[in-house]
Order: sequence, then C-alpha cells, then structure tokens
Amino acid sequence: MELPIDYPTLRLIWWALLGVLLIGFALTDGFDMGVGALLPFVAKTDEERRMVINTVGATWEGNQVWFITGGAAIFAAWPLVYGVSFSGFYLAMFVVLFSMILRPVGFKYRSKRPGARWRAFWDWGLFIGGFVPVLVFGVAVGNVMQGAPFRLDADLRTTYHGTFLGLFTPFTLVCGLLSVAMLVLHGAAWLGVKAEQGPVLDRTRKFGTVAAVASLILFAVGGLMASRLGFRLEGAVDPAGPSNPRLAMAVASPGAWVANLTAHPLALLAPALGFLGAAAALAGLWKRSTALAFGGSSASAAGIIATVGLSMFPFILPSTIDPRSSLLVWNASSSHSTLFTMLLVVALLMPVVLIYTAWVYKVLWGRTSTAALKTDPALY
Amino acid sequence: MDPAVVDLSRLQFALTALYHFLFVPLTLGLSFMLVIMESVYVMTKRPIWRTTTRFWGTLFGINFVLGVATGLTMEFQFGMNWSYYSHYVGDIFGAPLAIEGLMAFFLEATFVGLMFFGWDKLRPVTHLFVTFLVALGTNLSALWILVANGWMQNPVGAVFNPDTLRMEVIDFKAVVFNPVAQAKFVHTVSAGYTIAAVFVLGISAFYLLKGKYKSVAKRSLTVAAAFGLASSLSVVVLGDESGYALTDNQKMKLAALEAMWETEPAPAGLTAFGIPSRADRKTHAEIKIPYVLGLIATRSIDRPVAGIFELVAQAETRIESGVIAYDALEKLKANPKDLAARGVFETHRRDLGYALLLKGHVADPRQADKALISKTAWDTVPNVPVMFWAFRIMAGTGFLMIALFATAFLLVTLRKQETRWFLRLAVIAIPLPWIAAELGWVLAEVGRQPWAVEGILPTFLAPSTLSVPQLLTSIVGFTLFYGALAVVEVGLILHTIKKGPFAEQEAFPTAGAPAGEAVA
Repeated sequence: MELPIDYPTLRLIWWALLGVLLIGFALTDGFDMGVGALLPFVAKTDEERRMVINTVGATWEGNQVWFITGGAAIFAAWPLVYGVSFSGFYLAMFVVLFSMILRPVGFKYRSKRPGARWRAFWDWGLFIGGFVPVLVFGVAVGNVMQGAPFRLDADLRTTYHGTFLGLFTPFTLVCGLLSVAMLVLHGAAWLGVKAEQGPVLDRTRKFGTVAAVASLILFAVGGLMASRLGFRLEGAVDPAGPSNPRLAMAVASPGAWVANLTAHPLALLAPALGFLGAAAALAGLWKRSTALAFGGSSASAAGIIATVGLSMFPFILPSTIDPRSSLLVWNASSSHSTLFTMLLVVALLMPVVLIYTAWVYKVLWGRTSTAALKTDPALY
Repeated sequence: MDPAVVDLSRLQFALTALYHFLFVPLTLGLSFMLVIMESVYVMTKRPIWRTTTRFWGTLFGINFVLGVATGLTMEFQFGMNWSYYSHYVGDIFGAPLAIEGLMAFFLEATFVGLMFFGWDKLRPVTHLFVTFLVALGTNLSALWILVANGWMQNPVGAVFNPDTLRMEVIDFKAVVFNPVAQAKFVHTVSAGYTIAAVFVLGISAFYLLKGKYKSVAKRSLTVAAAFGLASSLSVVVLGDESGYALTDNQKMKLAALEAMWETEPAPAGLTAFGIPSRADRKTHAEIKIPYVLGLIATRSIDRPVAGIFELVAQAETRIESGVIAYDALEKLKANPKDLAARGVFETHRRDLGYALLLKGHVADPRQADKALISKTAWDTVPNVPVMFWAFRIMAGTGFLMIALFATAFLLVTLRKQETRWFLRLAVIAIPLPWIAAELGWVLAEVGRQPWAVEGILPTFLAPSTLSVPQLLTSIVGFTLFYGALAVVEVGLILHTIKKGPFAEQEAFPTAGAPAGEAVA
C-alpha cells in the first residue's frame, strides 16, 4: 500500500512529536514535580502543606500521563531508542521509577491519617517524587548529549559499557541542576496561579527567584560546556533507508552541537526562548504578575528542551564507543507503516485529550484556599 | 546470554506484573459499580446512594493509585529489562501501548481527579458522566494492553524484515482485531468485574454481620449480587471462548493445560483429575469426562484435539525449516543484495523463531544435528503440571463464584440478605477471585513458554544484557518497596472500612445523609 506521507517526512514528524511530548511532560507534570520539590520548604504547617498539595491534587494524575504516554510513544516510534536508553541507564531508571511511585501514593495516602509522623513521611515522599526524577532526567539528557557507551551487535542487541556513577560528570550535573531549577521555577509559577495569598506565596516567590536566576546561569554554563560536545556523520545516510544503525557511520566532532544551532538562525530562537522565558518569569515573580511568571517559565522550559533536540539533529543518541551504533532520526525509527498509523492515531486523539483537559482545568479553576480544607472532605 | 540474567529478568517481570494485577481488576470492576450506584442516585435523588457511591469511591481511590503507581514500572521495564524484545517487536508491540496512553490513560487519569473533587462543582448528571468516563478509560486501557498481550500469544499481521532485523507490521487491523486479544479482553474485564463484586459483597456482608451501616450495606449487597452474577457467568463463558481461541492459535497451550500427551480421537474427553508427570511424559491416575473437551475446544464431536507428542513432532519440522531461514538470513546480513538468499528466506521466514530456539543449546543453529533438533523440539512444551493445576484451580474458582452470586441473588430477591451463614461465606470468599485472576495470568504466560512471542522470539533471547548485581538490586528494591506499599494499602483499606461510609460525610452537612443513618 502506498502511504500518503513519505518515510523521511514521517521520521521528521515523529522526531518533532518526541519533542512535543517531552515539552508537554515538562509543562504539565513539570509543575507538579516542581511543587513537590518546593513542598517542605514553602509550606511549614500541616494546613499550608495541604493547601499546596491541593493546588495540584486534582490534576497531577492526568499530567503524569504525559510521562507514561511519552515513554510508550518512544517505544512505538523509536523502539531502539527506548530499548538502548532504558536498559543502558538501568539503575538511574530504577531510581526514577522508585521516586515516581512515591508520588501517587503520597498524594492519595498522606491525608488519610492524622498522625504528624505519617504526614511528614509522605511530605518527604512527595519531595523525593518531585526532585529526584527531575534531577535524573536532566542528568540523562546530559548523557544523551555527551553520547553513551553502548554497542549494537550484528543482531542489533545492545550492550551498555558504562556504570551508574559514570553517568555523573560535571556537565551532566549542570544539566541535572538546570532541569531542577527550570521545573522548580515552573512549580513556583504554578503556585503563584493556584495557591492562596499569604506566607506560602511569599516564600514561594523567594524560591522562584533563586530558581529563575539559577536557570539563567546554569543554561549559560551548560551551553558553554556543551560547546566541546558533538558528533557528525561520516558519509551519507539515506533518510528513507531501513532502521538499522549499523548502516551509518558517526564520529565525535567537538563543537558540532553548537555549530548545528548557529548554522540555522531560526534554530537560535530555541535558546533565546530559554533565556528570555526565564527572564520574563523572573520579572513576573518580581512584579507579582502570575501570567507573566507562568508564561515565562513555560516558554523557558520549552526553549531549553527544544535547544537540546535541535542542536543534536539528526542524532538522537550517539554512541561514544562504536561509530556504527549511533541512533539517528533516519535509522532508529519504527517502520514506515507504523509511523503513519500512529500519526493518524495522534492526530485523532490528541485534540480530544487537549479539549477535555482544558475543560477539567476550567471546572477546577480558582485558588485553593485553606478554608476549603475544613469543609470539603474530598481534599487531600 | 547468562541464564541467571534470563531467570532474574523473568522473576522481576512476574513479580511486578502479578503485583500490578492485584489492583487493576478491582479498578476495572469497581469503576463500573460506581457508575451503577451513582446512576441510581441521579435517578432517585436519594442521598443515601450518593453516600454509598462516595464510600466505595474512597476505597476505589486507595486501590486506584497503586494500580497507577505500579503501572509505571510495567510501562518502562520492557525497555529496561527486555531491550532486545523491545527492538525485535517494538514496531508492533509499542503501538497498542502508546494508544493505551492516548486513548485510555489520559481519559481515566484526567477525569479521576474531577470524580473525587467535582461533587460540588458539577451537576449530578455531569458528575455521573465523569464517573462513567473514568470507568470507560480503565476498561479501554485493558483493551489495548490485551491487544498487546494477545499479539504475544498469537502474532498476526507482522513479518520479519531482514534489513532491520526485527518484526514489522504489515496489517495493523489484524493486530487490533486479533481473535485471541478479543477473547482475552472480555474474559479479563469480566474477571475484574467479578473481583469488584466479591469485594463489595464481602465488605457489605461484614457490615451486616456486625449490624453496622445497614442502609449502605444492604444496597451495596444488592448491586453486588446482580453485577456479580452477570460477571461470574460471563467470566466462565468467555473464558471458555478463550479456550476455543486457543485451539486455533495455541494448540500447545491447550494440550499442556489439559496434560494431554497423545492426540485424542474425536470427541476428546476432558481430564477432571490426574497427576501429570513431565519425566514420564504421561498423566497418571486420569479421570476423564467423555466428549467435554472436544465440545469446548472444537465446538464439534468429530474433530480431534492435538496432543503434545503430535505438536512436538510438528515443532521439529518447523525447527528444520527455521534453520534454512536462519542460514539465508546470515547470508543476507553479510550481503543484503543476495537475491537467492532473500528468496530462500521469504519461503522459510515464518519458521525463523524455531531456529532461534536452538540458540539455547548451540551458538549457531546451523551446527545443530538431528538429535539436538529433536531435543529442542521438546523445549516447546510448557510446564505441564503447573498449567494443569493452575487451570483447574482457576476454573473451579470461577464456578464457585457463580454459585456464590447465584445464592446472593436468590437471597436478595427473597429479601433474606441477612442470612448469617451466607454473610460469613461472602466475607471468606473475598480473596478467592484474586487467586483465580493471578492464576489466569500464570496460565497465559507460563503457557506461552518457551516463547516471549509465540513462534517468533524465544524468551531466553529477549532480555537486556544486564548484570546479575543490577537485577538483584532492582528485584530486592521492588520487593521491599512493593511489600511496604501493600502493607500501607491494606492498612488504609481496613481503616476506611472501620470508619464506615459516614465518616467523611459527617463533617459535611450538604452530603445529606441524615445522622440517624449512621446508627441504623
């Protein structure tokens, strides 16, 4: 059957959709995680903590689906990327799962019992569930940009030759901290929209300001450190060729990532958005404009994620130890037919998801008040 | 591949999947029971039904989050622990998982928050619709995950592509409308409905025995009796439909769960009891019921049901054909333009997986001699005693459930809900359907061995190349963590049951439940 969209275009669309899903995850679940990371610091009393938890209490579950669907979409559209990265970063993924499992349980179970120790335990569970995955995701992205020590054999079975501690280098730690700063800022901006005015918001504004400044500095430092990173292709790769990474040849080429961005002026919009967004969020926090703060933190997160993707194109996950193993947009995707079918599914279902999500947010609109905690037994 | 890595990877998957499925079936069924209870509230406008709905909703919520939390592990461990599997079949297997996320998880997860927090923000009809969407979402998720699992049992609509060294979709419709997947879906959700009905029935019975919260308990018992009778009947009937699907697609699984070594002349008898022995390749002390298996499996009295010896002989032929495919594939890997090899491969590629079975004994399947091929053909037989007993306990429990709910329905109709011997039975019965459901998965997955994907990819080739310490870390970590979560969850459920249906509503005057109800 002749498909109406050619294979290279579909691969390009799915590469962009990968970015959309990651950004969707960062913008929605990102603020839940930022709020989790802020929880023990901005809210001191039990009442304050319940108020903060309930700013995301009704919606975190839907937001988390961006993470789950993102994982499944990588499986469906980029099976090699899914298998190589998740098995390679095995213990890091285990830590992520562990901390992310604490989140649903923490939200639901915390307020089911009155004991102070019980509640304090889950408060820190929610902190871990916010802080740790965000840190690890940043470190993982740093490792993707550096390239990972994996090899695909003749049957395309992957073997990872690194260690868990080897994931942490100065550059990847900067990426991890940037990820934390970016989403703590986003979480602070969300609390600005949704939390009750008072001492919690005053503390939040301080943490948000620090996170915004840290985002600006870490993004700049990370960018400078990334200027010595990069890979390039040796010889041609057929964008419509079979998904077999061993047909391409890739070598390290320090500076290639930055060169990718500067070669296309439009691509520079992404880092610009990363900086300007964080600056706008800072101004928004300063001027107490919730719209500017939340819009700014959203734009910043989107810009930073887009910067990573664009700078690496067409690489998705380069190998540092084998020139014939690097995963590219052109050699690591699903088949032409699967990419097309899945695009139809996304085109059909994604708008529906966005419409009902918007409706749910509309129904739940308004600041969470401490007064409501006393009357509504359903609240966490 | 290190056999310890294979075994540990399988152990971790079995543990996390069986644990996940402790919570999922209750979610599947209880969500629809909430829809029924809330519908009664919307139609009658009687506040007691709202109280009833919210009470079971609270228990639903405690259970639901653990289903969600442990589902995260399920979604990611294919890549973490089964990366070769992910590469080999991701082109097909990833799609239903992604559709599950888009179509089902977003739906249930987005509306579940509103279901809990929207009681006073929405009109009753709108809230009912939200509850319905949650139920729809959970059940759609079961549909897509069973499309994925059904494909592992009966891999239709896909072929091996020698250029990408993996299976690729050729007919997506066949994957979705896979008869095995459809049969499994209806059987599995019915099992979930039965579990939820037993849960509600048992807790309501407990209240009636204690003489507490009778107003809620009696109503809940009525809903559970009707819902449970329908569900337990359908789980058995549709399970039988699953058995019928097996005869076309997984003959070996059927032969193994029947411990049927020799092909039975038509119409085959059903072994009610026996002691299967793998060493003797024989079932001792068999007691057979004539005709029954033939009727179930072939829907006829004149078609035979194939036995293990016959199926092993067929496997031997397929291994021989597979070795030819394997040889052609190796030539193609060296030179993709070798047209002769491509032609040979096309002819034999459906047997490639059978040649891969030889890799369990020899590095290069082409080195295998006739004796090794005969020996390997026996690898295609799953663990017969496990299958035999798991099936009998599962099916037996299914019939017990029908008896339980038929009795419940009768007593409710006669308005004798408070018959104490029955109430005690209903409480004791609570764990039974869970045991049956877990054994159902044992049947499905052990019965598919030695395959990860039936006839395509042997399980021992599918794991990631991880190290034993990595796997031990994650297995010990998951076991301790999951164990602790189970203790917390059961504790909270018991706590909520003890507090009773009016605990939350008391502080909430608009809930409308008159205070007198609490002591009624």
